[in-house]
Amino acid sequence: MSGDMGPEWLSEEVKTGTTIIAIEFNGGVVLGSDSRVSAGESVVNRVMNKLSPLHDKIYCALSGSAADAQTIAEIVNYQLDVHSIEIGEDPQVRSAATLVRNISYKYKEELSAHLIVAGWDRREGGQVFATLNGLLTRQPFAVGGSGSFYVYGFVDAEYRRGMSKEECQQFVVNTLSLAMSRDGSSGGVAYIVTIDEHSTEEKVILANDLPKFPDQ
Amino acid sequence: MPDFVQRVSAKNELVPEWASQEVSTGTTIMAVEYDGGVVIGADSRTTTGAYIANRVTDKLTQIHERIYCCRSGSAADTQAIADVVTYQLGFHSIELDEPPLVETAANLFKASCYRYREELTAGILVAGWDKRKGGQVYCVPIGGMLVRQPVSVGGSGSTYIYGFMDSNYKPGMTKDKCMELTATALSLAMERDGSSGGVVRLASISEEGVERRVILGNELPRFSTH
Repeated sequence: MSGDMGPEWLSEEVKTGTTIIAIEFNGGVVLGSDSRVSAGESVVNRVMNKLSPLHDKIYCALSGSAADAQTIAEIVNYQLDVHSIEIGEDPQVRSAATLVRNISYKYKEELSAHLIVAGWDRREGGQVFATLNGLLTRQPFAVGGSGSFYVYGFVDAEYRRGMSKEECQQFVVNTLSLAMSRDGSSGGVAYIVTIDEHSTEEKVILANDLPKFPDQ
Repeated sequence: MPDFVQRVSAKNELVPEWASQEVSTGTTIMAVEYDGGVVIGADSRTTTGAYIANRVTDKLTQIHERIYCCRSGSAADTQAIADVVTYQLGFHSIELDEPPLVETAANLFKASCYRYREELTAGILVAGWDKRKGGQVYCVPIGGMLVRQPVSVGGSGSTYIYGFMDSNYKPGMTKDKCMELTATALSLAMERDGSSGGVVRLASISEEGVERRVILGNELPRFSTH
């Protein structure tokens, strides 16, 4: 490809090659993501927040094609608003996840995005749902994105049932830090969202504040 | 000529699909240096497509008395290279009249893997002990690069344990800690990678010699995820 079409990354699809994670604890959930958006080899946004609110106490984590993921999140945000007015109370996390799943499944040939839906509701407390490729499954924790492959071993080894909120936050931060250091498509800063009955707290951890692990 | 016919099953129904697939050691291998030697480990699964051709493979191949290699990639390629290097190293050691260096073995692997890089699919870890530099691990991935590393993982299952390795390996670990780390890391990878599985084979190489161990499936560490 010669240079008269401009640099290669102008014609590459914009992807959130990424690392996302969500974990539930007794009373809420913690979501985490990196902040890198790449188009081919170029980083087009190094501070993108991939944790998108679907409702007050329900968030989703975006991965895959940036456009597809954002659009799904916006559509479901709208659908959830309508739904919560209809039922007259806050929606359930499972409802939000089902709405995401319905879009992902119906348009699975056209879309390439994976959203992890997590939040808190009064009925079931903290819940995490994976909606990869149009399935819907509730899990104690879920990881996704290109960086997740490098940390499957780490999360399998480190996860224990019954971790506290602070332990979950540390678990998320450690996982993101490890994935970001190995995956070329993940990087930047870490965004953390903690949702429980009383509050929804968003936090940013800058690169030099992330935990460092001894390098080889 | 394009094939317009839609097929419900494989072209040749007389022979299963896996019979025409290449035999690969899609695998997880690992090698760690400690003060006084090295610990190496591998899973034991060899696949042809979806069929497990050998579920108790020994991917830790002896090249010389205190030098081993861990093989990943095409089973045929890695066996052939290992045979060639074993011969070359044996000859060299007789000429030298002393045990060969691990670095020499690693360079022999690199020479073959680099020269025939277009034809080969081989990712090899060379590890052993010699009098000059003690325990050493050399990584010769696909393409034929050579680099020494204190700890190295390879094979299809290795991607899943980079995070675990980065967080759990610390320089200056004892031999037993290294064995534990290797067994744990291999179990984690075997659990996630469809091409890795079976038993865990471990070996430790030091001045005293080589100690080999097998950890069976039901003795492997378990992890509670779901």
